[in-house]
Amino acid sequence: MPAVAMTVNGKAVTADVDSRTLLVEFLREHLRLTGTHVGCDTSQCGACVVHVNGKALKSCTTLALQMDGAGITTIEGLAAPSEPLHPMQAAFRDHHGLQCGYCTPGMIMSAIDIVNRKGFSLDEKTIREELEGNICRCTGYHNIVKAIAAGAQAMGTARNAA
Amino acid sequence: MYPFNYHRPMTVRQAVGLLNKNEDAKLLAGGHTLLPTMKLRLASPAHLIDLSNIEGLSGIELKGRSIVIGAMTRHAEVATAKVVRENLPALADLASMIGDPAVRNRGTVGGSIANNDPAADYPAGCLGLGATIVTSKRRIKADDFFKGLFETALEPDEIITKVTFPLAKKAAYEKFRNQASRYALVGVFVSKRGPEIRVAVTGAGSNGVFRATAFEEALKKRFAPKSLEGLTVSADSLNGDIHGSAEYRAHLIGVLAGRAVAKATA
Repeated sequence: MPAVAMTVNGKAVTADVDSRTLLVEFLREHLRLTGTHVGCDTSQCGACVVHVNGKALKSCTTLALQMDGAGITTIEGLAAPSEPLHPMQAAFRDHHGLQCGYCTPGMIMSAIDIVNRKGFSLDEKTIREELEGNICRCTGYHNIVKAIAAGAQAMGTARNAA
Repeated sequence: MYPFNYHRPMTVRQAVGLLNKNEDAKLLAGGHTLLPTMKLRLASPAHLIDLSNIEGLSGIELKGRSIVIGAMTRHAEVATAKVVRENLPALADLASMIGDPAVRNRGTVGGSIANNDPAADYPAGCLGLGATIVTSKRRIKADDFFKGLFETALEPDEIITKVTFPLAKKAAYEKFRNQASRYALVGVFVSKRGPEIRVAVTGAGSNGVFRATAFEEALKKRFAPKSLEGLTVSADSLNGDIHGSAEYRAHLIGVLAGRAVAKATA
């Protein structure tokens, strides 16, 4: 089986994998990082979004082998269990930006990607447009949009304080 | 997904060699069409040749009066590159309308046009600007490249290396999205470069992307939305499906062409 080496949440990982292994399978089943979800498995829903070299990507539509040499961040990598939540995670909790929680890891990874590209001050229209690739079947999106706007502001405050 | 052998060549020459050596090999660019197709077992290549490690296949530059884009350049890069935004904003707009942000971070211009999905955006951009597709063997004019549904002029061992988009003084892309898939139900790219006028239509043709020549003729007299009034495209050669009849698509082509010309001249 071919070998692959990547960095996941700051840790170097190497493994021999079946060439068919999707990145999301590699994360969930090889590394037991089950925070990244599989919703649709057809690159529509965004439950599987992770960051690769700082950019959002759908891990259900990527082979683990394609990630050789890449740096991956999953929802587990945002804040250690002993640390406070990432500002975007905290905003989702504060604004009740979830119900069942299935889409939440992907929503949060996409939300941080939006902030990285569009800045800390996000209007509702921008957030809704940018969330095109993330589907939630519970909330009606309203609180997710509020959470992302607040999380973006909080990320800006945290950046200024640092 | 059926099993396959994975290859990661470092040069275009190596990739061509792998194509020649291995029967039933497919090139892997962003993978956002090929991998879903393989998951559905609609494709089952025995070999996948990943192009992502080949140096020099990615990047955007202004060369003379053209924007040259490497085949492995991601949609997100084209959508945001300053050099495209400033010199050919219609192309940046087109790239910004593809899929969603995560998809745009992976999908590539070379992959899009090599696949030639009849509802893809880039074929309209290529045909609508009169682009040239540069391959490992030759240069192919967009007019000669797109041959039909998922069919191109590419030979089995030929690899797209870059696409040259000539600048156009006036150009715009308008897209009417399918409400669910967000693919183009119809997309129209218009451009005017000196006396040359192009109107390219995607999403509608039963044979893939095509030029609306009657619209081009009308716009030669005056490049304004008014020139298109009363003109229609025949529904005979258009797609009809559960998302919209051929007649509906024919109507949309007229509407979107008008909007695109208005946007290009605004």
